[in-house]
This record gives sequence, C-alpha cells and structure tokens, in this order.
Amino acid sequence: MKIIECPLNGPRNAQEFVCGGEARQEPSQDAAIDDWADFVFLENNLKGVVHEWWCHVASNYWFIVTRSTATEEIIATCRPDEFFADRNATDGAGRE
Amino acid sequence: MPLALLKYGFRRKYRGERYIPAPMPLRKAYDIVIIGGGGHGLACAYYLARNWGISDVAVLEKGWLASGNTARNTAIIRSNYLTPDGALFYEESMRLWRSLAGELDINLMYSERGHLTLAHTDAAIRSSRWRAEVNKHLGIDSELVGRAELAKLCPQINLSEDVRYPVLGALYHPPGAIARHDAVAWGYARGAMRRGVEIHQQTEVTGIHSHPGGSIELETNRGSITAGRVVQAVAGMSSEVARMVGVKLPIRSVPLQACVSEPLKAFLDPIVVSGSLHVYVSQSARGELVMGGATDPYPLYSTRSTLDFTEGLMANMLELFPFLENAKVLRQWAGIADMTPDFSPVMGKTPVSNYYIDAGWGTWGFKATPVCGSCMAELAATGSVPDLIRSFELERFGRMQQLGERGAASVGH
Repeated sequence: MKIIECPLNGPRNAQEFVCGGEARQEPSQDAAIDDWADFVFLENNLKGVVHEWWCHVASNYWFIVTRSTATEEIIATCRPDEFFADRNATDGAGRE
Repeated sequence: MPLALLKYGFRRKYRGERYIPAPMPLRKAYDIVIIGGGGHGLACAYYLARNWGISDVAVLEKGWLASGNTARNTAIIRSNYLTPDGALFYEESMRLWRSLAGELDINLMYSERGHLTLAHTDAAIRSSRWRAEVNKHLGIDSELVGRAELAKLCPQINLSEDVRYPVLGALYHPPGAIARHDAVAWGYARGAMRRGVEIHQQTEVTGIHSHPGGSIELETNRGSITAGRVVQAVAGMSSEVARMVGVKLPIRSVPLQACVSEPLKAFLDPIVVSGSLHVYVSQSARGELVMGGATDPYPLYSTRSTLDFTEGLMANMLELFPFLENAKVLRQWAGIADMTPDFSPVMGKTPVSNYYIDAGWGTWGFKATPVCGSCMAELAATGSVPDLIRSFELERFGRMQQLGERGAASVGH
C-alpha cells in the first residue's frame, strides 16, 4: 500500500493521504442521542473489506477507498458521489 | 567454570520449572472463562484464584501464551498520567508492580530508571506542568525540570538549539521503570496454574452465545463450553471478539511498531520519551535500545513492519542522540493496538450480562497489567465494578462523556 489512486489526482504516494474513518450513513438531525453516540464514537472496525473516507491532503480532496484491513490491499477508490449513488441504488438504508 | 555450570544445569534438584501449560482436555463447563492468554487475562486468572478463591477458571488462548501485545510492547511502566482517574489507576498498578517479582517468585527484571517526557514547545511545557501538579496532588513523584537539570539527569540527550525542535524541559518521573514482559506473563500463568486455574493454548473462540438464564456458551475450535461469567481480554482483536456477542466498541485497530538496536554498552539510564518527536527509548539490561514511535496512520489488522516507520523514527532518534548514527537496528515488529477516541481504556460491564470486557489498551496496556488483572478479577468475582475502573466503563460514550487522557504515549501536545 504505497501508492493510492486518487480519483482527482491519479496515483500518488500514500504519505500524501490521511484516513478519515469508515464511510457511514449520518443519522438524521433529530435522531436519538444513542444513534449519534454510535455514529460519533463506535466503530465497526472490521477485519476485512471496508469502505473509508480518505483525503488527499495537498489538494484537500475527500474520496472513498475500498480496502482490506486484513491484507493492507487497496481494492478500489472512487468519487464520493459515485459511492453514494451506488449505495442508494443497491439498498436504501445504506451499507456499513 | 563452564563445567560447573553444566553440572549445575543437569542436577535434578535445579530442574527448570514449567511455565508453559501442558495440553489437557477441555471441560464442558467453567465458572469463569477468560478469553485471551496475555498478561491481562493471566493476571485476572491469578487474582481470581488468589484474592477471591475462585479456581474453576479457564484461560483460552488462540495462539501460545503471551504471544500478542504482551510480547510486543516496549515494557515501560509509569503512572504520571494527566487525568486523576488515569493517574490513580496506574499508581495502584505501580504499587502492585513493586512487590510483584517477590510475590510471583520470578525475576521480572523490574528496573526503576526514571522517566523523562521531553517538552519541545511552550504548549508541551504547559501540559507537563499540568501533569506534574496533578501527579503531586495525588502523591505521585513527578516534577517539571529545566534544561540545566535535564543535562545532569541525562547528559546523553542533545540539548543543542541547532535542531528542528530544541528541548525546552522535561517532565521527570523518578519511579518510571522497565520490566521483562514475557516473565510477567509466565509468572502470572504459573501462579494461576498452581492455584488450580486451567490454561488452554491453541484454543480459539469462534462464536459466543449468551443464554437468557445468564450463562454464556462459547464455541471453540475444540468444542463448545459453558461459562457462568466471561472476561474478554484480547487486545488487538477486541472489536472482532466483541462482535461475536453483539457488542460494538469505540475502538480502531491500528498497528504500533517498535524496534531494537544491536546491543550497545550501557549508556542510557532513564527512559526518554518525546511526544512532539514521537520517540520513546530505553536501554534494556542486555544493552539493546528498545525504541517505539507513533501508531501507524490508518487502521489495519496486519502485523507487518514498514520502512516508513523505521526511517521516520530514526530521523527523530538522531535529533536526540546524534552519536547513534552508526548503530544498527537489529529487529522490528508490530502489535495491533486498540485505539479509543479518548486514549483511555474500556473496562467493565457490557450490555450482555455476565460478559465483562477489558479492552481499548492502545499504547498503554503493559504497565496496567497487575491493576487490570486485580480489578477485572474483582468485577468477575463480585459482579460490581471497582471504583478504580468506574470511569473507564463502555457506557461513557453513550453519554458523550470522554475521559481525555493526554498523558498517554504517542499523543501529541
């Protein structure tokens, strides 16, 4: 995992990026405090394939990385709009 | 002399003792099952038997004894934390550490070296003074020292102002110590086994079901067993094991790497830590420099080593100790750290009855081994949460109440 394919800037050194954590569905504004506490603090922290927010720091561009936390392999990267369009198409509730 | 030593070695009277448990059949039911045969799990088993007279206990370890983070940490022991909750908890651990070698009858090589946390910025000086005052108030030996005193305490540190981050002062904690981490686990294992506890290696828990009656069924690779109560102490895999019982944790699993240099003549007495440079280093009794740094920048369950880590760490090491430029790194490894958002552990009850958790030990777990063992044993034996760990409960996140522990290792200031 030395090179990350940024949807905006192409292949760049992994050191130029920061990981922003799991890509999850944000609770609605009037959701219960438990749902917000879950969203803010709790993590699925899966050993396996995960979808995460990553940022290319130099250009401040946020995007979605699909990678394996078991093998450190990057499977795919995509623009956030692609990811959420795909997610809303497959299941309305969103996947985690 | 070598011949005499050989004869001594072969005398029946001085036969080596068994610390590693012999394989034995797994029973169908236990009063208490501890998942995880590392330092924390073994200490919990030991104190259950010693303090509470409960020996119907099994420790299940998926690999071999203490093969996880117990053998991967940099073995630093201190109690100069920032929050009163944290400082009091680790101070109780220090109290237990001081008499532990005698109690377990094993040489833990517990060595009080003094612990220096270097401050390179005004902000770090402020938080060091804050920590020193909190510590002194709680009776912990800790003080802020300036450059002149630092030069006397550790003349090896480069105090030149001609570096990127000149050293302005340090938080000095005289009782700071190092110990031999494997021996800690072996000592607790032997102590627990002598009191009737069963320790099963190569026994992996693959599924957990809690029954309405309160008992908990554990599926393992050696068949299923029933437990009255369960203590989970599986640093690094906490989220994965808790998932089996339906508990979600505020933890990210992130590799923490460390390395040792080739053995050098003894030159470094205190343990030296720099939060700004992300370095901590001590010299072991064998002369190796044991070095660690920041956690890796993203979550991962793989214990691979990276050149990025060694390069980054050495750049900072050489700023503090330029004369080490020709020293070689002998070996490098990684452990998986349970990082919590507030740098404090997650200990105590879970939403599942009779299922207790000891997790979130990020970069601060080894020093807490004795106190964790004794607190988790008290919790499992009595069912009530000891005061010392009350503020580390999982529920605090549901109340949006974090316990910001900025005295933890690899936390910048």
